[in-house]
Amino acid sequence: MAEVIQGTRAFNPSTRAGIQFSEEALKTIEALMKRYPEGKHKSALLPVLHVAQAEADGWLSPEVMDYVAELMKLQPIEVYEVASFYSMYNLKPVGKCVLEVCRTSSCWTRGAEDVVDYIGKKLNIREGETTADGMFTLKTVECLGACGGAPMLQCGAEYHENLTEAKIDSLIERYRAEGRRKCYTDLDYQNTK
Amino acid sequence: MGRKLLLTHDHVEGIQGYAAYRANGGYRSVEKALKKMTPDEVVEEVKKSGLRGRGGAGFPTGMKWSFLAKPEGVPRYLVCNADESEPGTFKDRYLMERIPHILIEGMITSSYALGANTSYIYIRGEYFYVARILENAIAEAYANGWLGKNILGTGYNLDLYVQVGGGAYICGEETALLESLEGKRGNPRIKPPFPAVAGLYGCPTVVNNVETIAAVVPIVNDGGDEYAKIGIGRSTGTKLISASGNINKPGVYEIELGVPVEEFIFSDEYCGGIANGKRMKACVPGGSSVPILPDYLVCKTAAGEDRLMTYESLSDGGFVSGSMLGSGGFIVYDEHQCIVRNTWNFSRFYHHESCGQCSPCREGTGWMERVLHRLEKGEGHMSDIDLLVDVAKKIEGNTICPLGDAAAWPVAAAIRHFRHEFEYHVLHPDKIKDPKHGYREPIMPVKPEPVTA
Repeated sequence: MAEVIQGTRAFNPSTRAGIQFSEEALKTIEALMKRYPEGKHKSALLPVLHVAQAEADGWLSPEVMDYVAELMKLQPIEVYEVASFYSMYNLKPVGKCVLEVCRTSSCWTRGAEDVVDYIGKKLNIREGETTADGMFTLKTVECLGACGGAPMLQCGAEYHENLTEAKIDSLIERYRAEGRRKCYTDLDYQNTK
Repeated sequence: MGRKLLLTHDHVEGIQGYAAYRANGGYRSVEKALKKMTPDEVVEEVKKSGLRGRGGAGFPTGMKWSFLAKPEGVPRYLVCNADESEPGTFKDRYLMERIPHILIEGMITSSYALGANTSYIYIRGEYFYVARILENAIAEAYANGWLGKNILGTGYNLDLYVQVGGGAYICGEETALLESLEGKRGNPRIKPPFPAVAGLYGCPTVVNNVETIAAVVPIVNDGGDEYAKIGIGRSTGTKLISASGNINKPGVYEIELGVPVEEFIFSDEYCGGIANGKRMKACVPGGSSVPILPDYLVCKTAAGEDRLMTYESLSDGGFVSGSMLGSGGFIVYDEHQCIVRNTWNFSRFYHHESCGQCSPCREGTGWMERVLHRLEKGEGHMSDIDLLVDVAKKIEGNTICPLGDAAAWPVAAAIRHFRHEFEYHVLHPDKIKDPKHGYREPIMPVKPEPVTA
């Protein structure tokens, strides 16, 4: 009842059933919050949401956001409004490998549209869609700061520049073989120039 | 071959790590500043250098530093803006990835000058792997006594942290960046108060671009006067230029300010000319926000003088026939690129990135995107062209932050210089239906006849 009186979404443990971050993630989150002056730990929210997303199958459900709010002693709305503002937080389920193709000018002049078409045909999905096996999501994004290596795409922490059809083929093959989720927070990234 | 100050050791093996960086003269500026100079003396050198903000605005850094309020008992912050998001700009990523310690060193020296004991590097979330590189460099700096308590036994303390963003162009605007660093949505703040008075957590704060902070290293090492000897007039020192688009050698080049634009585009030392033997059609010299120039205004000003890579020369002619150096995001377009489609591409970007606080920008960017898309699809009307100019005018100057201007300028400039191409889209909808229509029939810019009395 108390939560309702405060006018916030109730911290209802039942809706969070099953949400438990790994020990390592919880430690990371705690360390992140200590980077800021006392009482300013809300500053850690953006980095914490990246950790949360990696822990929660690549997307932030309301329940995961509530869990983050509780961990950081914030109101849930403070988490929702941030998660919904920034483009890197997925508010809907996504495939294990989200292929984010840059579509802005420099990449566009060097064939970004062809890259999107090629991946779309190869995986039989359209922009914004996920393959039936849940392996790949195709997305177009705005400038990723790799204009010198255009056209390019990002997948998790990895940057892949100077894309060609052959390069895309081998990339997709590698991701399929690895079969695991690619996250921005990955430590073992393999960029290609 | 021009002088290099930031990328001097770019090709030294292992320069990403501490040992090689230190062996090549790294961290000398910290030793010099902390042991031999007062903070004010460091600020003075930066003022003498004439260094101007490398993020895009080109505001004198020394002056920005001298505005920092210094009330007793209130912490001050230095925040490095590594939210590099301006389309066409990738120099900071290159520098941080290749020589991360130069940024760490610059942060220490600059923090000392400003009296900051906690500093942050706010880096765009997409650069997560670069943040890892920086964090490793910071750990090495701590391990070698360049960060932490009582640095070099001088009693100066500094903690340095990296924060990753969440993917939002607007966070490159300094007050939006501060909001984001506080864990909020990146909505720019109304100024005043300026960050120098009330920035991070309401405390006096300086926000500087990565390249600006890195430039403090050679300035302190060799003196501001020495730095100011490079360049022309008020454009001193070197600048990292991100070159992309239809050129032979896209990449990051450190130039001495003052190199002729023609040399930059066509010499083998830099861009190496237009790719595939084509003609240059247009150029955006300073990131997507600055006005696009048609081929005949890229290498020469309207007055017929050589255009140089300086703040002044690139803006020669104002918005009528000039552009801006901006962030140094230099994009070249060949004869087959469609300016209408490119302008739509930029507008879509700004619409996507508008934070939504101010209605002229939130609504205006959407209108411009939709009208441009209509034109590009061959469904436009002649009146759409002036409608775009009208919408752009109503956004410009009417928003809290410069994103509104940044969205309006590329549209206004494209119509100013390429109106005939917009008209062509209205008159020949059948010919431009194919998204690659530019490849079939190049439409080159038309140089206006000189007006004679």
